Amino acid sequence: MNSVLNILMVGVGGQGIMMASDILALALMYSGYDVKKSEIHGMSQRGGSVFSHIRYGEKVYSPVISEGEADILFSTEEMETVRWLNYAGSESCIISTKTKINPAEVKEYPQGVEDELKKKCKNLVLVDHEALSREIGNIKFLNVALLGLLSTHIDVPVDSWEKAIEERVPAGSYEANWKAFITGKEYKTEES
Amino acid sequence: MGCTYKYKEVILNRLLLSGNEAIALGAFEAGVMVGTGYPGTPSTEILENLTTYPGLYTEWSVNEKVAFEVGIGSAISGARTLVTMKHVGLNVAADPLFTSSYVGVKAGLVIVNADDPEMHSSQNEQDNRNYAYAAKVPMLEPSDSQEAKEYTKKAFEISESYDTPVILRTTTRVSHSKSIVIPQALQARNKAAIGFERNLEKYVMIPAFARLRHIEVEKRMQRLKEDVNRFDINRIEINDTKLGIITAGICYTYVKEVFPKASVLKLGIVNPLPADLIREFCTKVDSVYVVEELDPYFEIRIKAMGIQIEGKKYIPITGELNPDIIRKSLRIAGYKSKKTLKEGLKTSLKLPPRPPLLCPGCPHRAVFTVFKKLGLTVTGDIGCYTLGVLPPFNAMDTCIEMGGGIGVAQGIEIAQGEKRHGKTVAVIGDSTFAHSGITGLLNAAYNKRSSLIVVLDNGTTAMTGMQPNPLSGERINGEETIKLDYKKLAHAVGIGEDNVRIVDAYKPEDIEEAIDSLLKSKALSLLVVKGLCVILKRRRKRA
Ligand SMILES: Cc1ncc(C[n+]2csc(CCOP(=O)(O)OP(=O)(O)O)c2C)c(N)n1
Repeated sequence: MNSVLNILMVGVGGQGIMMASDILALALMYSGYDVKKSEIHGMSQRGGSVFSHIRYGEKVYSPVISEGEADILFSTEEMETVRWLNYAGSESCIISTKTKINPAEVKEYPQGVEDELKKKCKNLVLVDHEALSREIGNIKFLNVALLGLLSTHIDVPVDSWEKAIEERVPAGSYEANWKAFITGKEYKTEES
Repeated sequence: MGCTYKYKEVILNRLLLSGNEAIALGAFEAGVMVGTGYPGTPSTEILENLTTYPGLYTEWSVNEKVAFEVGIGSAISGARTLVTMKHVGLNVAADPLFTSSYVGVKAGLVIVNADDPEMHSSQNEQDNRNYAYAAKVPMLEPSDSQEAKEYTKKAFEISESYDTPVILRTTTRVSHSKSIVIPQALQARNKAAIGFERNLEKYVMIPAFARLRHIEVEKRMQRLKEDVNRFDINRIEINDTKLGIITAGICYTYVKEVFPKASVLKLGIVNPLPADLIREFCTKVDSVYVVEELDPYFEIRIKAMGIQIEGKKYIPITGELNPDIIRKSLRIAGYKSKKTLKEGLKTSLKLPPRPPLLCPGCPHRAVFTVFKKLGLTVTGDIGCYTLGVLPPFNAMDTCIEMGGGIGVAQGIEIAQGEKRHGKTVAVIGDSTFAHSGITGLLNAAYNKRSSLIVVLDNGTTAMTGMQPNPLSGERINGEETIKLDYKKLAHAVGIGEDNVRIVDAYKPEDIEEAIDSLLKSKALSLLVVKGLCVILKRRRKRA
């Protein structure tokens, strides 16, 4: 049986979703999996919602995840988590920060987003991004810290992560990123 | 969350590449010496990547037509050449395409054409497989990054063996998805000897010579039609013979996902089709469906062979396909995918959309505020500034294709005559102006039109990710070069000194004053609104 796992990463332009998904895909490749990653770039870069599909296993065909089939939904913005919920199923693990970013022309953030997540998601990991940012000391590395947290949910050896992070982060920032990754990995979340 | 799969040995020479990166690598491995193109999503990264390889020449050409022509010149002079563009770019380059098919090559000439089903970043979703058929050139279509690399190399071989340009077609999903690629050593740099050799009957397409070349083209395609049946990039996979599917490109990966047990004919070549292979496949399975995005390209050709198949009766003709759509479509045809569809979580929470917008601080913003305030009819063009159509600006009335706004403005003024005079303005970005706006300007001057053309000069081709252009003073590799001089250009087409103005993009009063007085002058005018793209500014500060 060819079992393929699906991770959907979503957020808002500028939050480092592309880098995080690149690191994840590389780490999976270095662990010996077949892996495919799909995203659309172009117009959506300009403040729009950003997403990246990652699929891995023994043999992967389609680079895109079907609705309901994301084993993990990983999100760096609360409203985006809800927006992409239809890609998760009832058993899926949902990792989301509590970050709230208003769309450019919107003044008031919609009500009840967190409640909706708590109501709908059986396996919800809500991350207090402010506390985590304080712990790593720099919000710039939050995306990599969150990968550290994600790493506790998937089967990827630590040296694959090291190699992937080193390859993908800007020169000179590896140490800081690795520290953020470890901090995220050891971070205690409010699991529901 | 457990995965049953045990790690294999880490294979260190594997790369995780997008289709575009893989094409660049394939071209490098094939010993490409020249790469040309014009940016366009989803094709842009091919040339950007190729530029990072040693020992070859690359350029952003002014537009796709010129890119193609430079490519013809280098290929018939013995240098393997890659030319890249998006699907609508091939419209611009269609003229050289059709005749380069007659002329052929000396060293390989491969055109990468990136289609954009779903119009993620385009103004239409034309299916450019039709071009390969119409221009009588071979076309290959990969379905992932490894194939993208291999097919690029194969395309060079075909180009040289059959003396023809070859098109490599990708779609957005293939260009922008990443998958594992195994790199190989660089091939011998060049098979053909470098040097242009005079050959009038082959390279000068006057009717007398072109008639002879057309016969050669038909012979070549005839030879290819036979040979493609043996090309290993077409593959029959026989499994359960109840359901047979003919497919290509990204759709192959979807089909394998949805119907892992079905028999599949995967076509690596789109033109010409391997008729014998198709017949053979169809005799081996009970019923055959064609799964293809956009036009029924395979379908009409296979039906014309007298074979009973179905396709667009079930599969949508618009937009991108995906595993879900294929699953649902073929369920209607009576084929249930074994894989059960999981229900997605549902929410009734109303969320505001997050559409693409002009960046905060974007130099294009002020001018659209002025257009709106003055209530002008704005004939737009293609680039970041097309977002001027959306709130809060709502200040664009037409957008057809690159360079189009300048001609459309003239037409609107001609049709409406005096009464709307001074109420229309054409707006265009700097890269687009260089691409195909200048011909529109010359047309206006020649035909004594009195349009106002506003060029939004942000120093870059922002929409496609900051490529330099003839107005930014820089080449693809960062080398310094000329900057087109607006004032001299205006002067050259007879625009008077007072009717060419350059204003600061961050001074709305100056913009308004300039537009107002230029419209009142009732003479052909050029207004350049200058302000560096904020993303570029930030990047330069960081560097
Ligand atoms: C024929 C053709 N080639 C390429 C494209 C892709 N494309 C869309 S906009 C654009 C250029 C935009 O640059 P510019 O005019 O400088 O405006 P900016 O985005 O910088 O505001 C390109 C290359 C296209 N739509 N049509």
